[in-house]
Amino acid sequence: MRLKVTELGPADHVEVGETAPDFVRPLVNDEFWEDVALSDLVADGPVLLLFHPMDGAFPTTYIYNELLDREIAEYDVQVVGLSISTPYEHKSLIEDRGIEHYRGVFSDPANGVADEYGIAMEMDGMTGIEEPRPSLFLVDEDRTVQFAWVAEAWPKFPDYDDLEDALADL
Amino acid sequence: MTSGEPDRPAHVDADITLYRLQACPYCERVVRTLEDLELSYHSRFVEALHGDRDVIKRLTGKREVPVIVDDNTGVTMGESGTIVKYLHKQYRNRGGEE
Repeated sequence: MRLKVTELGPADHVEVGETAPDFVRPLVNDEFWEDVALSDLVADGPVLLLFHPMDGAFPTTYIYNELLDREIAEYDVQVVGLSISTPYEHKSLIEDRGIEHYRGVFSDPANGVADEYGIAMEMDGMTGIEEPRPSLFLVDEDRTVQFAWVAEAWPKFPDYDDLEDALADL
Repeated sequence: MTSGEPDRPAHVDADITLYRLQACPYCERVVRTLEDLELSYHSRFVEALHGDRDVIKRLTGKREVPVIVDDNTGVTMGESGTIVKYLHKQYRNRGGEE
């Protein structure tokens, strides 16, 4: 018997060519956290915004490990994560995954940013909790989306080759 | 970010950065003073474990919070009692920083 993943269907999400919605949330690095706007980051160059499951979930580990294996940070891009986990959990995540060289991880427990991006999903069996669909948005200096990938199944992993093509085209 | 004070995010127009620990009474005392004086400030949160506070150590040589960095005067300072005295002396008669 073949195991089937849960289909989520298409999301009405921010598309390539559109302006990535700006937002302010606590951005956690290996030393502290502070309120940072997405627009603050793009002022320094392109941003790869990774929406990922709660920090303890296995897909989160897999995605960061793949980005690290592919040395994504070697492209001219600031890698930024986002999940509903708290800043304290992000501190551990940064240390556990060894992503101190990434720009940081946004904390959004109320999932409002995912709403703005059209990628919010409720968690089956965890009443009252929703989180973003796993998603990647490559945002350039004008905050225009150059690449977007949004999971349409659960679990589902990004097409990393397509991402690397988009990064090479920046 | 290997030395000194990291830049405040561009969207922040405050001139004072407060390094703080969530729920630390000494930090809250400084917050109350900043609010009483109607000073705008930008918060940076560190963790309870002192060993994880290298950013504080680079600023003051110690690992204790609260610490403020005031770009108006170039002052970097720790110790809540000292900070409160400084803020009152510096800003009490200005009715806010604007």
